[in-house]
Amino acid sequence: MDWVNAIVQGTLLGGLYALFAAGLSLIFGVMRLVNIAHGDLIVLAAYLGLTVVAATGWHPLLALVIVVPVMGALGYALQRGVLNQTLGDDLLPPLLVTFGLSVIIQNALLEGYTADPQKISAGALETASFQVAGLSLGVLPVLTFAMAVAVIGGLQWMFYHTALGRAFRAVSDNQEIAQLMGLNRRHVFGLAMALSLGVVAIAGVLLGIRTSFDPSAGGARLIFGFEAVIIGGLGNLWGTLAGGVILGVAQTLGAKIDPGWQLLAGHIAFLIVLAVRPNGLFPRVSG
Amino acid sequence: MRVTRTSRAARVAAVIGALVLIVLIAAPWWAGRADLRLLGEIFLYLALASLWNLMAGYAGLVSVGQQAFVGFGGYMLFALTIFGGLPPVVAIAGAAILGALIAVPVALLLFRLRGAYFAIGTWVMAEVFRLSFAQISALGGGSGSSLPADIVRSIADSRETREAVAYWMALGAAMLVIAAVYLFLRSRQGLALMAIRDNELAAGSLGIDIWRTKFVVYIATAGLTAMVGALIFLQKLRISPDAAFSVNDWTAFVIFIVVIGGIGTIEGPIIGTLVFFALRETLADLGTTYLIVLGLVAIVVMLKAPRGIWGLIRARYDIQLFPLGYRVIPDQKD
Repeated sequence: MDWVNAIVQGTLLGGLYALFAAGLSLIFGVMRLVNIAHGDLIVLAAYLGLTVVAATGWHPLLALVIVVPVMGALGYALQRGVLNQTLGDDLLPPLLVTFGLSVIIQNALLEGYTADPQKISAGALETASFQVAGLSLGVLPVLTFAMAVAVIGGLQWMFYHTALGRAFRAVSDNQEIAQLMGLNRRHVFGLAMALSLGVVAIAGVLLGIRTSFDPSAGGARLIFGFEAVIIGGLGNLWGTLAGGVILGVAQTLGAKIDPGWQLLAGHIAFLIVLAVRPNGLFPRVSG
Repeated sequence: MRVTRTSRAARVAAVIGALVLIVLIAAPWWAGRADLRLLGEIFLYLALASLWNLMAGYAGLVSVGQQAFVGFGGYMLFALTIFGGLPPVVAIAGAAILGALIAVPVALLLFRLRGAYFAIGTWVMAEVFRLSFAQISALGGGSGSSLPADIVRSIADSRETREAVAYWMALGAAMLVIAAVYLFLRSRQGLALMAIRDNELAAGSLGIDIWRTKFVVYIATAGLTAMVGALIFLQKLRISPDAAFSVNDWTAFVIFIVVIGGIGTIEGPIIGTLVFFALRETLADLGTTYLIVLGLVAIVVMLKAPRGIWGLIRARYDIQLFPLGYRVIPDQKD
């Protein structure tokens, strides 16, 4: 039963990793941009949530009403102001600019909030649990997983059933022709980044309720999200959810063997997938 | 008309460079302890920056995980001297060889990822290295260990001589790396590498084995990076997983140096290192603000002058201090 429990908890943890990954996957799909600052933006969202909760006294989940639009606006501004200038055939500018951004966010947070670990307090939600078939499930992890499913389902629906989704797919397929058809790609990219950081906002607040975080926590979040994307297969959102689950299960099983092995087991699962199925487990059918 | 590789600027630079080198070799006799240490650190960063520049600027392999090999080299220095009983100088060479060997399976895995995903993949690998070394209790586990006093003393008996030896090794490493990069880029392999950088499709159609060329660069860079890592921790005399595999210390700073100085040139990392240390020595008191400024400078340089400081100088004066390309000189008499 212990092992079953570890697998179930790992699956729920995978929901959080899928939320880390969804935003990363979205902007890569739309504009081939890999955002090195993604993890630091998740941590920034967690601090923003912390600040909103401290200022208003609201429940952290209600604080999302403020954190999501603020992060979305930040994403749009960032894309229009800085990142659009880096897009092109050359790989280096977007990588190095987002890398610089990562260092700036980390140190700005360090300046503003010190290096002390923080946590967003969510009252009874943190410890609430219920029993299913002899397993004790935390309400928060189940809620996180449900939100991951909702976010990914929502993104999937948006991509294939809305005008915005059509614009995303159009610029992803061919920027010049999309431009000719009357789409302003700079604006479309801005909207994609806004949406990505909206998801980041949800992920950041849920992260902040679940564990303590500090300004240097971003790198590991980027890596988890990235691993979920690669395990699941590039360009497949439901695959990303599966990738997050595989990563989460690998980590909890690793931790069960030896606490020092938790992160290592996740990385090893990633490397095995890379060695055996370099295109991920569920690659999008191309062509 | 004649075709030449060298130029007057290059010859003047070579003479000045040789004079500066002589002055630097003599540094233990004219510099104080703190200055000597700083100079040693400058040379080790110069070596790391030149290596990263070879990978990112010439081979198009953008790695944010070179700390994997810096830390690996450092740990190999400790393991080979403590458990292998090797003298430190031999252990440094051993670290380079082992670094290149471990890079082979690493490259086989990571080369499956393309472009930016390769970059994050290298970071994952560095994390795997960090977590693995934290599990080795013989090397101090998560808290790390110090180099035993008798091994330190085996370098030289007096502290002054020891510090001079460490300094010369750092200087030697920087010179070795720059010379290796320069000679490599002038060779057939180097020409192939620059052809790949300029147009991968065209280079492939001319019969260049793209995968193998990049593979060779990655392995050689890893070995030399491990050597520099061993030297870094010979200076520090203490190692821990967090210090050895720090992404900020061994990759972020190195990237800033190369970007600010000018990526894809041999001169860039040299200028970048001087600018980086000048900034650090004047702004270090500001702490985190200094890092924010550094990040901003790097972003502005990348957006406004993607070829860095040396790129601006070269565009203005058309000079190359390390002559790589050939140029046509029209005859003077008519």
